[in-house]
Amino acid sequence: MRGEAGKRVSGEAGRVPSGRVGSGAATARPAAYASSLADLPYSPTRLPAFPLDVERIRADFPILRQKIRGKPLVYLDNAATSQKPQAVINAVTRFYAEENANIHRGVHYLSQQATAAYDEVREKVARFINARTSKEVIFTRGTTEGINLVAQSYGRTVLRPGDDIVITAMEHHSNIVPWQLLCEQTGAVLRAAPISDAGELDLEAFQQLLGDRTRLVAVVHLSNALGTINPIRQLVTLAHARGIPVLVDGAQSAPHLRVDVRELDCDFFAFSGHKVLGPTGVGVLYGKEALLERMPPYQGGGDMIATVTLERSTWAPLPAKFEAGTPMIAQVMGLGAAIDYVQQVGLEAIGAWEHQLLTYATQRVTGIEGLRLIGTARDKASVLAFVLDGVHPHDIGTILDDEGVAIRAGHHCAQPVMQRFGVPATARASFAFYNTVAEVDALADGLTRVKKMFA
Amino acid sequence: MATIDTLYQDLILDHNRAPQNFRRMEDANRQVEGSNPLCGDRLTVWLRLDGELIKDAAFQGSGCAISKASASLMTSAIKGKTRSEAKGLFDRFHRMVTGSLDPADAETLGKLVAFSGLSAFPVRVKCASLSWHAMKAALDHPDAVVSTE
Repeated sequence: MRGEAGKRVSGEAGRVPSGRVGSGAATARPAAYASSLADLPYSPTRLPAFPLDVERIRADFPILRQKIRGKPLVYLDNAATSQKPQAVINAVTRFYAEENANIHRGVHYLSQQATAAYDEVREKVARFINARTSKEVIFTRGTTEGINLVAQSYGRTVLRPGDDIVITAMEHHSNIVPWQLLCEQTGAVLRAAPISDAGELDLEAFQQLLGDRTRLVAVVHLSNALGTINPIRQLVTLAHARGIPVLVDGAQSAPHLRVDVRELDCDFFAFSGHKVLGPTGVGVLYGKEALLERMPPYQGGGDMIATVTLERSTWAPLPAKFEAGTPMIAQVMGLGAAIDYVQQVGLEAIGAWEHQLLTYATQRVTGIEGLRLIGTARDKASVLAFVLDGVHPHDIGTILDDEGVAIRAGHHCAQPVMQRFGVPATARASFAFYNTVAEVDALADGLTRVKKMFA
Repeated sequence: MATIDTLYQDLILDHNRAPQNFRRMEDANRQVEGSNPLCGDRLTVWLRLDGELIKDAAFQGSGCAISKASASLMTSAIKGKTRSEAKGLFDRFHRMVTGSLDPADAETLGKLVAFSGLSAFPVRVKCASLSWHAMKAALDHPDAVVSTE
């Protein structure tokens, strides 16, 4: 960190990037926190709007300074999880070092502070996705839990034998299996709208699947296996015309696209903190208030009740009704810092830079003989999935790893996508806004080496 | 320190390109499907047993270079061996790829020593082991399905 000293910002303002939105949580806390954390490596707080100063941003991510087998880490597995800026790491550390207390029930100082900070992040999330009210923001463990919550609470209440749920053929397992479980429990049927050879949703087929017995549409916003961006607004309009609510799996879109749940008009939107610079173990389920009000609790326990007797209980109002037990408080603090950071950089700038990277990467790898892209939708973001003639993706992954290039190889928890394209697995590079053109070159050069080894 | 070249030795790359015994065996009396659910690798191993003797061995399926080359060399190595010899070979092979084989024993593995570099790549051990697990299951339990996870 020696070289960083000049850029380090000390004091209160240095703790959280002073984003356009929601730096309130930072300034609301006692000033004592800041000075005791002054030793922690800390990075610039003033980030350019656009174009991105990628090198400066990279300095905020300590892990990116690592060397892997003597070579600089080239982290291109962002669809699996994003790396964390120092501000997020600090927020989690600070919570445990100085703020740790359980929320909601304590009358003591720390508990009140923790409760206020926790609630503040909920407000921040509501602004981040443009929810009408923070009552529509439920903290979960991640996207998977959000989808399971809707399946078990909403789905189980609503579905009758012979009803159906419509998904697409490009879903992650987490937007397939919860519905299969629900269908087993209720006698409902799961239907999947097909996708084209480019990996685009067949809109006509999708529309035809929507029937009188369709009770829910669950669709991915940005496919983790293909990079396809689905036209959510259009799908919602089609579904709503038939009175069908729509759940959007936003695990991949939240880090890369500006999400406005009111503009999308979706009924549920689930995403994970760890893919959007935050810690693992925290996610968000957005649901329209009217729907959440009608839904029964997902899990029972502390914090989600109004009154409990040994005979029966009544439920707390939203959002507590869906947050049984002590939540992931430290992770929520980290998520708050992550959202501040993302807002500070700006999703428009993030999206524009990632688009440039993806375009350049697509150009570079399509020049490699025998390489076939899996997922060539017109509207695409962040994900470059491919197969290489005669080389299994795992071998690609191992050889690239030897160059310090981290990609993912396998089915990406989307086995039906692999079946659709007739491949056992793919290699996938996925980008974030802290990636560079030089890193794309490292990927392409690594692939050339793979080709040479397997020639 | 192990380099990538110790993993992808020429022998392994050759057997990946042109695997031996890569065919469906019509007169097999043992058939086992092995799969690795986390990576999607899947292969079938066929054996023809005559009492204790493995008269023939073959495989088919999709997988990485390591799993394909391993299946290729495994099927060649066990042909003509007894059941207990084949299991002993697996035991030594497994100890080699996990780095716990006495170097003196490595000589008994013949061409299979090409996989010794695997011990530096623990996440790829399951790739090399898949066909061996399938073979062992085929010897022990006809029609078993095995998984390396």
